[in-house]
Amino acid sequence: MKVKNIVKELGLSVFCGDESLDREVTGGYVSDLLSDVMGNASEGDVWVTLQTHKNVMAVASLKEVAAVILVKGHKPDEDTLAQGIEEEIPLLGTEMETFELTGKLYELIQNQNGG
Amino acid sequence: MMLKTFRADLHVHTVLSPCGNLDMSPGRIINEALKKNIDILAVTDHNSTRQCRVVMELGRQKGITVWGGAEINTREEVHCLALFDEMNAIDEFQKWLDKWLIKVPNNPDYFGDQVWVDAEDNILGEEERLLIAALDRNLDESYQLVKSLGGLFIPAHIDRKSNSLSSQLGFVPPDIQADALEISPKAEPALVDKMGWGKIKPLVAGSDAHWPEKLGSHLTLLTIKDTKLEEFKRALNGESGRSVMPELLKNKGG
Repeated sequence: MKVKNIVKELGLSVFCGDESLDREVTGGYVSDLLSDVMGNASEGDVWVTLQTHKNVMAVASLKEVAAVILVKGHKPDEDTLAQGIEEEIPLLGTEMETFELTGKLYELIQNQNGG
Repeated sequence: MMLKTFRADLHVHTVLSPCGNLDMSPGRIINEALKKNIDILAVTDHNSTRQCRVVMELGRQKGITVWGGAEINTREEVHCLALFDEMNAIDEFQKWLDKWLIKVPNNPDYFGDQVWVDAEDNILGEEERLLIAALDRNLDESYQLVKSLGGLFIPAHIDRKSNSLSSQLGFVPPDIQADALEISPKAEPALVDKMGWGKIKPLVAGSDAHWPEKLGSHLTLLTIKDTKLEEFKRALNGESGRSVMPELLKNKGG
């Protein structure tokens, strides 16, 4: 499963990182505590959060997550977006709340891995 | 110019904070400060300045400088101290807090009472909204507002495992918009040194006291001309021999 498949299936908006939408997705991680994400997210995860601070991109880069999804219609801060563009990290968005998005995302990734 | 080292506790809660002990009345706070030879203290309740005025007035009568402000909780759920030393700015700041504090009613049985009192401990008012909730304003927006009112903006207990820059944002952003960074009473000097926080912004400390005995247990030593907030600002800029030193780090060769 690639990031672009998730974008299409879940109707996500793409704030930046268009050039990296072919990245392979291997799992997901959901947390708004960046200290927790630093300790526990894995490479290739899609990270779901409502934090919009620039540190989100630093942590995404450090952990080599496949993409970041901002929930509930949150938009990245200006400098967050700038860093996402520079580092070519897919930064995605949805109006959905975390619960709904994550349920759909889980199903999507499980189906892919199972089939 | 004569400089003097003042003992400052820059983080003190009062009876108004839901988790603040009912003994933290203006009278008790000032008495504790007198007993412990504290020159300056800052009243920093969660998301409210409503107890500041009485403590500031009482401090003035008893010869202790009291700065007012709050310990705000930003949208990222990072606690930050906002400090002012004049009432007009504090009143404007309160309007901003009232506008942006999310409206969750307090449950006093669970979280504690949120009352503010006069110098004789008579209740002056009660805050209905839960003060430990967050503001719908992020770090940068909060910094801009505090600066526009002439205050100081200091992310609190940056080393703590909750409600800190470290916990919420993973690490202290090297380009953080702030005047200083506060280390918690539990900060390990070796860790503070290793993390290099002092290279990002000047470090300060406070007791984060919620009950009287703890007041003054952690101090910042301010070597300044007088106890005006303006002098603290100059010290943070390292102007003309002024300095800011958390007592906790004093013996670390600083």
